Amino acid sequence: MAIIIQITPKYEFKVPVYAKCISPDVFDGKGLEEISKLRVLEGNRNRTLGDLFDIKLKDKDDAETIIHLLGSFIKVREIGANMTRGKIIIDGDVGMHLGEGMSGGEIIVNGYADSWAGGAMKGGRIEIKGSAGDYIGAPYRGSKEGMRGGTIIVHGDAGREVGCLMMGGLIRIYGSVKHFVGIDMLDGTIVVHGDSAGKAGGGMRGGRIIICGYIPSILPTFTIEDIRPSVNIDGEKISGPFYRFIGDMADKGEGRLFISKNKNPHLSFYEKYL
Amino acid sequence: MDLLIKGGYVYDPLNGINGEIMDISVKEGKIVEKVNEHEAHVIDASGMIVMPGGIDIHTHIAGSEVNSGRLLRPEDHIRDVESKTLITRSGVGYSVPSTFTTGYRYARMGYTLLCNPSMPPLEAKHTHEELDDTPIVDKVTFPLLGDWWFVLEYLRDKKIKECAEHVAWMIIATKGYAIKIVNPGGLEAWGFGRNVKSLDDPVPYFNVTPREIIRGLCIVNKMLNLPHTIHVHTNRLGQPGNYATTLETMDCVKDLAINDKPVIHITHCQFSAFKGDSWATMRSGAEEIAKYVNAHSHVTLDMGQVIFTDTTTMTADGPWQYTLYELSGNKWVNHDVEVETSSGIVPFRYRRKSYVHATMWSIGLELALLIKDPWKIYLTTDHPNGGPFTEYPRIVSWLMSRKAREETLKKINKKARAKSLLPSIDREYTFYEIAIATRAGQAKALGLRNKGHLGVGADADIAIYNINPKEVDPSNDYKVIQRAFLRAAYTIKDGEVVVKDGEVVKAIDGKTYWINFEESSINPLLSVSESLKRKFREYWTVELENYFIPERYLKHPVSINIKAGVWPL
Repeated sequence: MAIIIQITPKYEFKVPVYAKCISPDVFDGKGLEEISKLRVLEGNRNRTLGDLFDIKLKDKDDAETIIHLLGSFIKVREIGANMTRGKIIIDGDVGMHLGEGMSGGEIIVNGYADSWAGGAMKGGRIEIKGSAGDYIGAPYRGSKEGMRGGTIIVHGDAGREVGCLMMGGLIRIYGSVKHFVGIDMLDGTIVVHGDSAGKAGGGMRGGRIIICGYIPSILPTFTIEDIRPSVNIDGEKISGPFYRFIGDMADKGEGRLFISKNKNPHLSFYEKYL
Repeated sequence: MDLLIKGGYVYDPLNGINGEIMDISVKEGKIVEKVNEHEAHVIDASGMIVMPGGIDIHTHIAGSEVNSGRLLRPEDHIRDVESKTLITRSGVGYSVPSTFTTGYRYARMGYTLLCNPSMPPLEAKHTHEELDDTPIVDKVTFPLLGDWWFVLEYLRDKKIKECAEHVAWMIIATKGYAIKIVNPGGLEAWGFGRNVKSLDDPVPYFNVTPREIIRGLCIVNKMLNLPHTIHVHTNRLGQPGNYATTLETMDCVKDLAINDKPVIHITHCQFSAFKGDSWATMRSGAEEIAKYVNAHSHVTLDMGQVIFTDTTTMTADGPWQYTLYELSGNKWVNHDVEVETSSGIVPFRYRRKSYVHATMWSIGLELALLIKDPWKIYLTTDHPNGGPFTEYPRIVSWLMSRKAREETLKKINKKARAKSLLPSIDREYTFYEIAIATRAGQAKALGLRNKGHLGVGADADIAIYNINPKEVDPSNDYKVIQRAFLRAAYTIKDGEVVVKDGEVVKAIDGKTYWINFEESSINPLLSVSESLKRKFREYWTVELENYFIPERYLKHPVSINIKAGVWPL
């Protein structure tokens, strides 16, 4: 038998709160007393989870621990960091570095997720029902090891540099993305069902980016390879047709960039190079 | 308040005390014969080891290059965050920790004096500002003088006395402590995209060889009567086959030694002890270096031990750092400090399974174990080049326990393991030898008379570790040793308890020692001003008036007055 742990903020946070401990791995096997005493940082001060949040436990007949966050967590960072199992459900907005480095389990956000959602994750699944900020799946500043595996699904729009330095896994955006989707990526797949603001795949050396919507232009360091009727992602077929580009040539890359042909008639001049 | 440390096993090599149970009395920050037991604060150290405060002879903790390293490595800091407490300030680690964290962490390990070994003179103000913000520990800093245009020109023209005057002026101007030489000649050559290939390869446009620079500055060091020897980072550092250059470097100043006193300190020697002619054939040259050092007494070394971890390399050796960038493909910084030196930074990960890295790990320990006299080789990692200083306890355990070495040997690259000399070495350091390698030896090499020992009159910088040498067998219980050296039971700085049970209980400011020259035949402040003024206009982008650091600029400066004499030539 496991439990549902319900957490609500006691007040509106003015400074960032680092709550790495909000994770099923940490909560497992702990009582309310112990959970309330877990250490969090509010700005540069040491606090406990109980100082900042109301915590309730509910029993349930299920094998996995569920953490239910209720309210605005937009200032709360690193929720579910490094988690390997269990489930976190967030009803509200959530702060940066959600599920950073996670290798298993599931996070569902019924709201907006700030930047670095699923940063450098290795496995598991994150589903964001609203929009997301910048750097989805990207590593921490300065690090060169991005997302390695797992799935991130965003139902709304996403910001810049989605899948920066990505090394594996799948990112799926149903809305549109801003600049530099898949920058410096090495492997893995990014699917954008909406539009892209451009500069897709800058510096990419491997992997695939599929853009089903409009893109203003392709970087000059990409060359067109052929036109494909559809793309296959883990058995699912996305029908095109797509222009297939290879790049980024400036980095001797072999990444593949699929751009919808129908939505981008202004790119038809590439066909003469085929 | 007076302090009385009762009943500890005292290891004080400079006074020849080897594990005797003794009481140590402290009054007004100094060690005294006796204090009144009823009025003093008594620390019960029974069943514990009492040593002088640790000294790190080579650790990059402050200055513009360390700061650039901090800027370059946010991903390094995020792994290691320290929050504010009532006593300490918040900060970050790991390989390039913030200044306050550096001070606290050293103090927690029982260290009380640090040498910041590479300060470009132009960046001296910045360095001192950071040193002032490094709490608890005392500091000294070595200006980089081996590639300074003045030095190159005067040594080319064989004007040793003028060179000595300018070096003395520079040491006063930058509030330095010793002469640091990095890849002599190579840094200037790097300004033209080149490097020097041997000790006799002339520096472009200056026509002076590395040999002349090392010998010249060694003579200058003697003329100025500086307490430390020249502190040398050898030519061809980090290149396979460089052990021969290192031997040549040590040999080239042999004749300058008098009464078997050291005249040269080869720093982070592990990086200068490679045999072979390419990375594939690279082997350990530790045996040859140890043989030379065992037979000669004019050299001291420090290890520059490698730790298998992700760290940040930073040296003033611009060409070597560029090579390292080419090897690793990592992000990098390279910088030319006008007229004076260069520098570079590359993040680097030492991997167990890499043949070269594992061999480097082995070389450091081989050097420390094959050199018989512990007064000649000191424990460092060249923080953060070989690994962060917080790993020192692990090195202590490797030195003290054959079992600990074998434990790590099992995990390293097979080829490196097969070629390593470590399985053939049975030697294990005793606590007495560890005390030499981590404090007494350094104090002796640095010429700091009040540091590194517990005799009457010494500064009351004391470290107490919770190990009972009668009960703990270091060769088996090396993990106990590691834990104890990582968190000192007590650290006492200037007679005040600053660390208790591995936690900082009082954050005081440390002092900065610098060398001042008494009136003598060499009077740098008077004699060099005219030529300096003219050259400053010609060479530097800064004005002479903005260059000199007045003593009041430092928080707690302590000058050490030296009487410079003309050394017989």
